Amino acid sequence: MNDELVEKIKANPDYQALVKKRTSFALKLGIFVLVMFYAYILTIAFNPTILGTRIGEGVMTIAFPVAAAIIIISFITTLIYVSRANNEFEDLTEKVREDVKDLL
Amino acid sequence: MLRILALISILAVAMFAAGDATFEASKRDINIPAIVMFFIFIGATLGITYWAASKTKSASDFYTAGGGISGFQNGMAIAGDYMSAASFLGLSGLVYLKGYDGLVYAVGFLVGWPVILFLMAEKLRNLGKFTFADIAAFRLGQKEIRTLAAFGSLSVVTLYLIAQMVGSGKLIQVLFGLEYEYAVILVGVMMIIYVTFGGMLATTWVQIIKAVLLLSGVTFMAFMVLQQFNFDFTQLATKAVETHKLGQDIMEPGGFISDPISAISLGLALMLGTAGLPHVLMRFFTVGNAKEARKSVVYATGFIGYFYLVIAVIGLGAIVFLNSDAGAAYFVDGKLFGGNNMAAIHLSHVVGGDIFLGFISAVAFATILAVVSGLTLAGASAISHDIYANVICKGKADESKEMAVSKRAVIVIGVVGVLLGIAFEHQNIAFMVGLAFAIAASANFPILFLSIYWSKLTTRGAFIGGMLGLITAVVLVILGPVVWVSVLGNETPIFPYKHPALFSVSVAFIGIWFFSITDKSQRAKDEIKAFEAQSVRAETGFGSDGAVDH
Repeated sequence: MNDELVEKIKANPDYQALVKKRTSFALKLGIFVLVMFYAYILTIAFNPTILGTRIGEGVMTIAFPVAAAIIIISFITTLIYVSRANNEFEDLTEKVREDVKDLL
Repeated sequence: MLRILALISILAVAMFAAGDATFEASKRDINIPAIVMFFIFIGATLGITYWAASKTKSASDFYTAGGGISGFQNGMAIAGDYMSAASFLGLSGLVYLKGYDGLVYAVGFLVGWPVILFLMAEKLRNLGKFTFADIAAFRLGQKEIRTLAAFGSLSVVTLYLIAQMVGSGKLIQVLFGLEYEYAVILVGVMMIIYVTFGGMLATTWVQIIKAVLLLSGVTFMAFMVLQQFNFDFTQLATKAVETHKLGQDIMEPGGFISDPISAISLGLALMLGTAGLPHVLMRFFTVGNAKEARKSVVYATGFIGYFYLVIAVIGLGAIVFLNSDAGAAYFVDGKLFGGNNMAAIHLSHVVGGDIFLGFISAVAFATILAVVSGLTLAGASAISHDIYANVICKGKADESKEMAVSKRAVIVIGVVGVLLGIAFEHQNIAFMVGLAFAIAASANFPILFLSIYWSKLTTRGAFIGGMLGLITAVVLVILGPVVWVSVLGNETPIFPYKHPALFSVSVAFIGIWFFSITDKSQRAKDEIKAFEAQSVRAETGFGSDGAVDH
C-alpha cells in the first residue's frame, strides 16, 4: 500500500466514520463483557456465598442462572456486533473501496 | 494413499488384537460398538483426507485451505478446536466432583470469544496470511519477531500436545483396553496422515465432523438425563444435592479460588490465553474476508456456549446416576473406574447402554485426533513459514520447498509428540494446559495486540517485552504450587499463586512499552511510520491476501 493511497483513504470521510463508529462500538461492547465477567469473578473471590443465595424454597441457587446468563449474554453481544458490522460497517468499507478503487 | 489406508487398518486391527490380551487385567469387556464406530470415523476421515489431498496444492491450500472455508464451517471448526477432550471430560468430571466450580471455568473459557471478536477477528483476517507472526511482524523486524512468535507458538503447541497425548493414551486404555503406548502411537500416526496429506482442508473437516458428533452426543446424553426429571433442571439439581457428599455446597462456588489475585489472574489467563493460542488464531486465515471471520466467531460462540450449558446438565446427571445403585458397577475400590474424568463416559453407558457408550467413546477419540491435528498444523506452520521461509530464507523461499519443510515438520512434531506422550505417562501433567494458556496470554497476545493497536511499538520493545513475558510465565509456573509442590515435591511454593497471568501479562506489557518508547533508532522511526499503512489495511482489508470477494 503506497503513501498516496494511505493518505487518500485516511482523508476519506467514510473511512473516518467507519473507524470512529467501529472502534467505539467494539470498545463499548468489549467493556460491557469485561465488566460483567470481572463482576462475576470478583464475587467468587471476595464473597462466593452471595452466589449461594437460594431461589425460593428449594436447593436451586442464583449461581446457576448467573453462569447461564453470562454465557447467553456473551453470545448475544457477538450477535449484536456482527449484525451491525456485517451491514453498516461493510457498506462503509465498500464506499471507501469505490472511492479509491483506481489506486488499489 | 490407498496403500497407507490399508496399512493403517491392518495396524489398528493388530493393535486392538494386542489390546485384547490385556483386557482381563483391566477387568473391562472389549467394547465392540465402540470399535466399530471408531473404524467408521477413521474410514470417513481418511476418505476426506484423500479428497483434501487432491485439492491441496499450494502453500495457501496447505496452511489455510486456500481461504475458502465459510464462516459457518469455520465456526464449527473453531468450536471443534475448543471443545477438546479436556473440556468435555475434564469439565464434566469437575462438575461431577465439585459441582458448580466446573462452571466457573466454562464461563471463563467462553467470555474470551466476544473479546476476540471485538478486538481481533477481522483485523487478524485483514492483516494475516498463514500464521499470527505475519501480523506481529507486519511492520517490525522479521527475524526477531518471527523467531519469538515461532518459539511462543511451539511452546504452546508442545505443552498442549503432551497434555492431549497423555490424556488420550489413558482414555483409550480405559475405553478400548488398548495398551498406552499403542494408543499414543495410533493417535500420532493418524494425525500425521491427516495433516501431511490433507493440510488445513482435511484438518478443518475432521474438526467439523468431530464437532457435529460431539454436539449430538452430549445433546442426547443431556436429553436422556433430563427426561428422568420431566425436563426440569431444578428437580435434577435437587436430586444431585441429595446424592452428592458435599450436599448443598455443590450449588455454589467452592474454595478453589480463594483470593482476589488468583481470581483476576485466572480470569486473565482464560480470556487472553484464548486470544493467543496459535491453532485458534490460524483459523481466522481460512476464511475469505472479514465478514466471514466475524460470522465464524458468532457460530463458534454459540456452539461452545451451548456445549458448556449441556456439560452442566451432564455433570449433575453424573452425580445423580453414578451415585445411584445402578452406578455402583462403575466403581473399583470406591473410586470411579478410570478416574473422575470418566464420569461422562460412564454416564453415557447408564443412559444409553453399550451402543451409546461406544458412540461417546469413539467421539472422545475423534475429539483427541481432531485437536492434535489442529495443534500439529499450527506448530508445523511456525517452523516452515516463520522460521524456514521468513527467517532462514528471508522471505525468498520457494513455495514447494516451504511445503516440503512443513510436511517434514508435521512428521517431526508427530514423532516428538508421541515420544513425549510416552515419557510423560506417569507424570503429573495437570499444569501443562494452564502453562500453555499462561504463555499464550503473556507472550503471544501482548505482541499481537500491541502490533495491531499501538503505533509506537518497535521491534526492540516487542522482542524484549515478549521474551520477558514468556520467561516470567514459565518461571512463575515452575516456582508456583503446581510444579514446585505437586510435581517437584517441595513443601511450600516460592511463588504463592497457581495462575501467573496477572504478573506475567503485566511484565510483558510494561516491558514492551518501556523498550519501545526508549528506542530512538532510525529503524524504530520507520516502524512507527509504517503503522499508518498497516492500520488502514487492518480497518479495511484492502490489499490483504486471500480476500476472495472482489
